[in-house]
Amino acid sequence: MIQRLVSSEFFVLALCVLLLAGLGPFTPGLLSAENLTNVLAAMLPLLLVAAGQTVVLIGGGIDLSATAIIAFTSVTGAKIMTLSGGWMPGHPAAVPVAAGVMLLAGFLIGLANGIAIAWLRMSAFIVTMTSLMAVSGLTVWATESKNIADLPAGFLALGQRPPSALAIAGGSLILIHVLLTKSIFGRWLHAIGHNARTARVSGVPVPAVTALSYAVSGLSAGAAAILLTGRLETGSPVLGQTMMLDIIGAAVIGGSSLFGGRGNVLWTVSGVLFLTLLDNALNLRGLSHFVIMMIKGAVILLAAGLDTLRRSGQTE
Amino acid sequence: MGALLEIQNLTKAFHGVPVLRGVSFKIQPGGITGLAGGNGAGKSTLMNLVGGNLRPDSGVMRLDGQVYEPANSAAAARAGISFVHQELNLFPNLTLAENLFLTDFPTRGFWISRSALSRQAAVLLAKVGLAYPPDLPLERLTPGERQLVEIAKALHGRPNLIILDEPTTSLSPPECERLFKLVRALQAEGCAFVFISHALGDVLRLCDHILVLRDGAVADQGAAKDFNIARLVTSMAGREVRQLFPERAERTVNAEVLLEVRGINQPGVVRDISFTLRRGEILGLSGLMGAGRTELAGLLFGLTPHRSGEIFLNGKKLRGGPRPRIRAGMALLTESRGEDGICAGASVNDNILLATLPAHARGPLGWLSSARLKPVVSDVSESVHLQTKRQGGEPIRRLSGGNQQKAVLARWLLAKPQVLILDEPTRGIDAAAKFEIYQLILALAAAGTGVILISSEQEELLALSDRILVMSRGRLSGEFVRPDFNPELLLRAALAHHHSNPEVPA
Repeated sequence: MIQRLVSSEFFVLALCVLLLAGLGPFTPGLLSAENLTNVLAAMLPLLLVAAGQTVVLIGGGIDLSATAIIAFTSVTGAKIMTLSGGWMPGHPAAVPVAAGVMLLAGFLIGLANGIAIAWLRMSAFIVTMTSLMAVSGLTVWATESKNIADLPAGFLALGQRPPSALAIAGGSLILIHVLLTKSIFGRWLHAIGHNARTARVSGVPVPAVTALSYAVSGLSAGAAAILLTGRLETGSPVLGQTMMLDIIGAAVIGGSSLFGGRGNVLWTVSGVLFLTLLDNALNLRGLSHFVIMMIKGAVILLAAGLDTLRRSGQTE
Repeated sequence: MGALLEIQNLTKAFHGVPVLRGVSFKIQPGGITGLAGGNGAGKSTLMNLVGGNLRPDSGVMRLDGQVYEPANSAAAARAGISFVHQELNLFPNLTLAENLFLTDFPTRGFWISRSALSRQAAVLLAKVGLAYPPDLPLERLTPGERQLVEIAKALHGRPNLIILDEPTTSLSPPECERLFKLVRALQAEGCAFVFISHALGDVLRLCDHILVLRDGAVADQGAAKDFNIARLVTSMAGREVRQLFPERAERTVNAEVLLEVRGINQPGVVRDISFTLRRGEILGLSGLMGAGRTELAGLLFGLTPHRSGEIFLNGKKLRGGPRPRIRAGMALLTESRGEDGICAGASVNDNILLATLPAHARGPLGWLSSARLKPVVSDVSESVHLQTKRQGGEPIRRLSGGNQQKAVLARWLLAKPQVLILDEPTRGIDAAAKFEIYQLILALAAAGTGVILISSEQEELLALSDRILVMSRGRLSGEFVRPDFNPELLLRAALAHHHSNPEVPA
């Protein structure tokens, strides 16, 4: 019974409603339209990266490098279009070129991770962790730890105006979701996450599919960087640095498995929603940042525990 | 003098399949008993009962006249019975002394007493004639020497009976001699042995009593001096047929060669393998466990590389991994379903479709339409009589072994292979499902598929194959064409390359 409840698709969404209903009356401002709009707008970048992370998790991997990719693509894009000392200041094509380069850079860094993991058979944990270190280091070193401001208004609008931000995030999420559920790539990825040996025997191109999953994760980090950079109005070499726990946490809270084979972008959306609402509500209750971290950590640990429980229920 | 170990009417079944059907025998103190039998005869199960790893369903064991019911291998060791397994339980990265005392370190308080460890290890090593310092890492020893370390480990418990399961498979002839010398020396000190081996010459030479198992029952036993290889082989092979097989239409196999294998070599795995497979032919591959049949299948399918030799399908040379070979018309149903046959957590339908998704994908992104896939799956599920509860939407792990195997077969049927390699297709599944799988195999062959059938169940090979190739220690050691099948000859060929089987023709 409990197992049924916990593994239901709507379990986490129900938790979100419970959270709002339970804390709303005692937390002034939580249920206000302004607050909720803000929360939703703020969670779009996290949604994008967490969806990319979900792709990697389904294949049985993990991508710890997403935040470094966000920072790197943020300053790269900013450097291209900034009006003070950029490579294409004021050029009419600067914004599309910058956005395109940010996506491409994210894709390529992810692909490099994927190649090391899939063909060189290195551990995903180590590859993406060292990638996190190296890319973060490079980003801070190359910018001398300075933000890059003076971005063109057209770019800021991309990440700030709700319709365009929502369109970018929503469109990407739908694309990833459809890719996972309706394409051959999605089927293959699930099979690899379940049992890579069976997949190989059945003719699945395991290395290519695995590498591609990391490239998708990198691409989604690049897309998240477009939104985040626009919101902050600067390219920052430490952008997203604190997001890592939330990215993996949201996917796991949503119900995607750390053991591979099981995951869904829609679940991840609920996970992100829950984590963001929890953070927001606790903030509004005036709890300190550190207490909030403790609570969020406990919630994610609980979700990972449920993941293991579901898994052991499987193998019985 | 009473018997050391007396066994009366021991039975054991796994999932309703009887493996031991009432086995009785005695082991005298200080005797060496040779235990022989084909694959699945029940040798390992019997010794696992004696060694405390399994518990019998019924029957009595008496040790020194006392009822003996070991709860686990540690209890067996305390009672004086040590089991040296075929797979050595040693750690190459640890020292000889550490390997010897891994479960029983001499301690001083909380700490390991290094000096006591060295001293006691040296005593054990001397007993088996290994003149190495106890702190030498095990990885520096040869396989034969490691076998001696394993025996030294067994001696630590001062056993009255040591069970040696296939101790000579990875040993060179001089290493074997050394092992036998040690066994005789320990026998002189009063230790009894059970010696399990396919090297029948060794069994005859070393043992003073012989016990032959077949189909879980004692087929023959007596003093070793009354045995020769011929009597052993005859007792092991037997004649009786228990399994039910579908009617097999008499037919002549089309002359067209489908698959040609030329001089395949892979060091340590297979040697000089050449054969052909014709369209519509069922080619059985027989041999003892570890003969290299599964390895050969993996190599034909591109799962593992080979150093030399070529494989042609329809005259085209095969290269690369499983993917291009599936495209060329090959399929492999693997031996261990759980490990590389199914995605246990995925749905039955996803498992069935796994190998043929590209054929149904549309557009550059490879879209799949579930409406189009549904009839594909339901058709093939019906043709293999697959029984599922939710139209195949449930995880495949919820199905019985037989239905799981049918689903994997369905996966390959969809690929319409020209060459289908089946590695132990009926292992661990019930009789009804077995029968259905036999029917499928025959139907496929009748439709022109070339089938390579690997099976440890000889009756299965005899009933289904048009031709049987026998492998022994990585080499082909015999070829038999229907109707000239003879269980005894098959067994002889399977034993051929086990050294010191002098009377077995190579």
